Amino acid sequence: MSAIPADLQYTAEHEWVRLDGDVATVGITQYAADALGDVVYVDLPKVGSALAAGSIVGEVESTKSVGELYAPLDGEVVEANQAVVDAPETINSDPYGDGWLVKVRVSSTPALLSADEYRALIGE
Amino acid sequence: MSEPSHDPAPRYSPLHAVHEALGAAFTDFAGWQMPVRYSSDLAEHHAVRTAAGIFDISHMAEIAVDGPDAAAFLDAALAGRLSAMAVGKAKYSLILTEQGGIVDDLIVYRMADTSYLVVANASNRFAVVDALRERAAGVGGPAFAVELDDRTEQIALIAVQGPASEAVLAATAGLEIPGLTDLKYYAWGSGSFGGSDLMVARTGYTGEDGFELYAPVEHAAALWAALTAAGEPLGLVPCGLAARDTLRLEAGMPLYGHELGTSILPVQAGLGRVVVTDKQVFVGRDAIIAGPPAGAPVLVGLAAKGRRAARAEYPVYQGERLVGEVTSGALSPTLGHPIAMAFVDPAVAEPGTVLDLDVRGTRIPATVVPLPFYKKEA
Repeated sequence: MSAIPADLQYTAEHEWVRLDGDVATVGITQYAADALGDVVYVDLPKVGSALAAGSIVGEVESTKSVGELYAPLDGEVVEANQAVVDAPETINSDPYGDGWLVKVRVSSTPALLSADEYRALIGE
Repeated sequence: MSEPSHDPAPRYSPLHAVHEALGAAFTDFAGWQMPVRYSSDLAEHHAVRTAAGIFDISHMAEIAVDGPDAAAFLDAALAGRLSAMAVGKAKYSLILTEQGGIVDDLIVYRMADTSYLVVANASNRFAVVDALRERAAGVGGPAFAVELDDRTEQIALIAVQGPASEAVLAATAGLEIPGLTDLKYYAWGSGSFGGSDLMVARTGYTGEDGFELYAPVEHAAALWAALTAAGEPLGLVPCGLAARDTLRLEAGMPLYGHELGTSILPVQAGLGRVVVTDKQVFVGRDAIIAGPPAGAPVLVGLAAKGRRAARAEYPVYQGERLVGEVTSGALSPTLGHPIAMAFVDPAVAEPGTVLDLDVRGTRIPATVVPLPFYKKEA
């Protein structure tokens, strides 16, 4: 059983989204981090780049495999987490906290999953 | 990687309940549900390089070969000269197709004058058993007087690997291994655990000192518990297949389905020395002597900078020319930079040659380096 905080929203691609006004903080779920194993490399979109929901905008790579980061919503990147680029293992140790990936100024939000819906999706 | 064709039902190690209790994540390997990691595959990898790790590799196949013709049979059926190996020793060998391709790589132990144990990869268990049975009926001559017995389901295989592994075995309650300290690399000895016999071999797949313990399945859980209890104070941790894969890659050891396959001749994979070509008769002989066609790809090591690793099947370029394909790759946990093995055009295989790895559309320069990437200190 992995943690799925009730106050976050989720995508079927295993990202989480925390909306605060018009800024969304985005990361990958603990379920995704556990499935990848130890994360050793993160490639994030640059500050200022425009994201289109559903497009591939980065990579999260473990010793064993590569996961793609999908934009969960439309918007512009206002901050990328350099600390997680420097210490990718933070994604494993604190996926919903210090392991956040990007902050996005949201222009439009597609329907996201609730915690319960995401839990059902991953079968936990 | 092909599934065993004989039985598609999932298989479980005799240690499955132990792994579940330890919270392992599992992966399918050739139809077996095996631990991929317990907590952190990097921590598990580092433990083996600096202290010790314990691995369940019970999915590997053990095939006993017994009979007056056992030595002559294996000389004809396999690539090496197993008749020349002394009792108590182990040898890395290959089983080849008629066309010289690699059916599997094997460890062969000589148990007695007329008795051997052949250890094959889980993914090739039935291919190896079938080939051996077929070859027992004769290789260009009369049938061999041998009995073959697939003991995979009766034998649990536990590997203890890392610089502290001898100390772990020595400290394990109930485990008696006479002559443990003097046991040489690629040799085996008899031991006992809890009143039952077991076989202890100084072999492994990590590039470190280490042992592989072949024990009856009914004693596997107790043996694992005793090894773990003795090993924990020495830094031993349980390790999954993810760590096993990065360890073997750093050590430049091939994996069937990646660096080895039926369309690859041993010499292409750097294993020419494993084949004894002056044997009069062995399966694959003509093709091995003829050799691969000119320009056939050869296996090389590639080292890159940064953190982005090439993975199996990624293309390798020199300029705009496609010159090969990666077979295995990872960010090396020990060395801290990406490493890969790849089959490349022999014209670009010289160490020092700079090639480009195509990592999902980004070209990453990589230098051809000698294998292994990592060698333990003597």
